[in-house]
Order: sequence, then structure tokens, then C-alpha cells
Amino acid sequence: MSNYSMRRFKNKLALWIGALCAALAMIPLVSILYDVVKNGASSLNVDFLTSAPGVIGQAGGGIGPAIQGTLLLVGLTIIMGVPLGVLSGIYLSEFGDNPVGRVIRFLNDVLAEFPSVVIGVVIFTLIVLTFKSFSVIAGALALSIIMLPIITRSTEESLKLVPNSIRDASMALGIRRWRTTLSVVLTTAKSGVVTGILLAIARVAGETAPLVFTILGSQYFFSGLNSPMDALPIRIYRLALLPYPYAQAQGWGAALALTLMVLVVNIGVRLATRGRLYTTRSRA
Amino acid sequence: MTLHLQTEEKQPLSREEILQPHRTLENSKVRTEDLDAWYGNNQVLKKLNIEVREHSVTAIIGPSGCGKSTLIRCLNRMHELVPRARTSGRVMLDGSDIYAKGIDPVTIRRRVGMVFQKPNPFPTMSVYDNVAAGLRLNGERNHSVLDRAVQQSLELAFLWDEVKGDLDKSGASLSGGQQQRLCIARALAVQPEVILMDEPCSALDPTATAKIEELIASIKGNYTVMIVTHNMQQAARVSDFTAFLYLGQLIEYGETTSLFENPVEELTERYLTGKFG
Repeated sequence: MSNYSMRRFKNKLALWIGALCAALAMIPLVSILYDVVKNGASSLNVDFLTSAPGVIGQAGGGIGPAIQGTLLLVGLTIIMGVPLGVLSGIYLSEFGDNPVGRVIRFLNDVLAEFPSVVIGVVIFTLIVLTFKSFSVIAGALALSIIMLPIITRSTEESLKLVPNSIRDASMALGIRRWRTTLSVVLTTAKSGVVTGILLAIARVAGETAPLVFTILGSQYFFSGLNSPMDALPIRIYRLALLPYPYAQAQGWGAALALTLMVLVVNIGVRLATRGRLYTTRSRA
Repeated sequence: MTLHLQTEEKQPLSREEILQPHRTLENSKVRTEDLDAWYGNNQVLKKLNIEVREHSVTAIIGPSGCGKSTLIRCLNRMHELVPRARTSGRVMLDGSDIYAKGIDPVTIRRRVGMVFQKPNPFPTMSVYDNVAAGLRLNGERNHSVLDRAVQQSLELAFLWDEVKGDLDKSGASLSGGQQQRLCIARALAVQPEVILMDEPCSALDPTATAKIEELIASIKGNYTVMIVTHNMQQAARVSDFTAFLYLGQLIEYGETTSLFENPVEELTERYLTGKFG
């Protein structure tokens, strides 16, 4: 085989190996989605989504409180975690090239690698024991701590992809540093920052272990921020442990509901933050 | 080495010296006084004195690494944005020191605009937003003011006719030459007094280069232009005055025609004839 056709062959081979690996990576995703939809679709109806759980051992009842709890929890977590995470990421990327920044970056990475159950136990000790009650606030705090390092890191990395020539251009126009950072650098990196936030939301929406220690789970709808509350991951876990077929079907239904909620949030945020302009990202 | 602008000895003036810009002090726009500049421990400019005449085009030439870009980045205080970069000496803009205590660099950068080597439009902004950015991010909200500024700036940059139907398109979708003219329009929109250009044509083809040179000639009546260039033909074509820098020092400075045809310093002649650099 000539040198030229050898190189052509290697090029083809690399392409096919890449495509094969991408296809392999899709198998778990597709099979999980398939199972969730197949087993969960039959349970989904308005009554199931809106009513409280029934008596254990008898068919009927729903996951209304769990949906309410997850929405409330994730909402509170976003309010606490996103601004802090984005601002920390901005600091690390734009002003963090110093010993303080390096220490913060290191601690942030350590926090990101913490097992979420440990964060749950910490909040349990600090908040739940202190106030002598499982509560929504404790759950949201635990989830914020899980969310924070993910957003900080992804924001920092996205901002670092913005070429310095863009910052120079803005500064040379007599635009102040904070304006440059918010209106030019952050805007340029927007899609990366949003992706990081969405990944973090999806991650915390599915967390189970820290919730067991913080909001506990409940049969009832919302009754105050300082009371225990249900959430979808806890409800899925509890339903899956029950020995009744109806409960397991409800568990699948709850899993499908959680998946759909994350999907809807993803699509909604993407649409809302989509730029007016189609641009290929400059790699300068 | 003689630094023409420094000579204060009372000697009979040569023809070249009579032609030096320092004979027209009343028209001086920018003047550096013993300007030193460092990156860390590396001194890039050494006691540099140069005086730039208002409403003229001054070219800065010299071999790579001689401090040309650093010099102009000192004139709008962009130099200090590089970590560990610092300066000493004075830079007078209209007779007052821009490095004096209490001077806000942001106000200097609004008066002294800059165009960079590589076209760098804001990639997520439209053509219109790119040109309006300087005004808008400094608080201008009035639509008719912005519309007028955008059109005027694009006209000055000879870009209006090419983009007037596509103001909503991304600035990054233009060709390289158009992007550079967009960057010039963006710099002009904030109505600076001085425009610094750091090798604005080095990434462009000859046609795009010719357009930018034509543009420079057309705006010099209202602006003071300083252009760093590696291209000596370009310096000869566009500039009224030329400064030759070598190793951070000003070797020779004078009217472009006399510097090119009749250089005083041997170093200048050797550089112009391509013997080094």
C-alpha cells in the first residue's frame, strides 16, 4: 500500500473509531431513557402528578408533594447557588491570578469532589440538629453547596476561553473593567456559562442522599420552609423499596416526571438565553 | 546617536533639523518625556522622547521587539493592563500628564483610541452593536444619538455602503478587511482625539490594506493618527512623520520624505535598505 493510501486509511480509521465510541457512549443514555419511558409512561396522568401519596399497600395516590418539593428546592438552590457560583467564577477568571485566587480555586475543586452524602450530614449537624427540625431550607443549603463548585468551575473555564484581544478592545474604548467583564466578556462566554448552570441544575435535581438527611421526605404538601418536605428523588427511592407492583410503577412514573422536568428546564433556558445572532465561536 | 527632539544645544540647525516637528511646538498633541517602560525586569523603552503633531499621521517603524507597540500602548495607558508591566516618565496629552496622580486611565482611553493588529470585533454583537458599544457601555441610551454615531463612524471607516443592509448581522461574519474597518469605526464612534493603530494591516490582503490607508488619509484632518507598521512602503505612503525605534530608543524622527530619502543616522539607513531588522 502506498504511503498516501496508508494515510488515507488511518484517517478513515480514526474517524470510525471516534464515531464508534460516540455511539457506545449513547447506549447507556438511550437504554435508561427507554426503560424510564417504557415503565413510567403508563403511570403518568394528572391525578398521579397532583395528588398526595396514598396509604402504603393500596394502589392510588400520587407524587404531587414530591414535584412541589423538587420545584421549590431547586428554585431556592438556584437563587442561592447560581449568583454566588457565577460571581466566584468571574472572580477566579478575571481577577484570580494571584495566591488568593489559587487557594480559592483549589478549595473549590476539593468541594466539587466531596461526596454529596457528606455534605448532607454536615448540613444535618449544622442546621437540622441546631433547629431541631428537618427543613426545606436545610435541603436547599445542601444542594447549593453541591451546585456552587460546579458553576464556579464551569464559569471560570468559559470566561477563560474568551480571547484577551476582546478584553483589550473593550478597555481601549474607555469601558470600565466591571462593564467590560459583565457586558463584553460574560456576554461572549454566555453559552458556556449557561451550559454549566444547566448541568449543575440537573445534577442537584437528582441528588438523593443529602436530601434524606435534610428534608427527610413527607406525605404532605408544602407546610413551611422550616418543615420536612418531599422531593422526587426521595419519593422514587421510597417507592422503589416497596414490595408492591403498583408502587414500583409509580416509582418509574416519578422518575419519568423528574427526567421531563429537567428536560423542560434545559430547553426553556436554552430558548430564553439564545443569542439573536448565529456566530461560530472565534478561537483566537 | 542623536535624538533630534532632545537636542537643545544652540548650534546652527541642519536642513533636517529645521524640518523636525519640534519646530512646531504649538501643534504638539502628544509628547513623551523620558518615557521608560518595563515588562517585569525587561526594560522595553529607554528614556524615550517623542513629540507628535496634531492632525498628522505619524508612523513608528523599527525591527521586531524594538518597543513600537509598547510605545503606543503607553500613550493610552493600555500598557499597565499587562501583569507586571510598569512605566516611568511623563506622557503629555495636550500639555497635561496622563500618568499624573488622580488621572483616571478610563478617561484617557476615551480620548486616545486604539486599533489592534488582529481584527477583534465583539463576536456576540451585531455590526451595529459593535460600533455602538463604546457609547452604549458608557451610558448612552438615546437611540437617535446612537444611530447617528454608528452611521457616521461607519462612513468614516468606508464601511457604511458595504454593511448598511446588514447592521444586524454578526460582526464576526464580515471579511477580515471589513472586520478591521469595523474595529476602526468602533474606535471612531467614541470620538477620540488620537487614534493609535498597532500594525492594523498586517493580517490583511493588499486590497483591504489599500482601503485602510485611504481611510487613514481621509480622517487625519480631524484626528491625530499614530500607526505602528512593519511595512516601510506603508509608512512612506500614509505618514507625514516617521519615527525609527531600535532597542527601545528613538533613533531618528522627522518628516517622512526626508527620513526615507535622506536619513541622518547610519542605523536608519541600514534598516531602510533592509540590511538588518
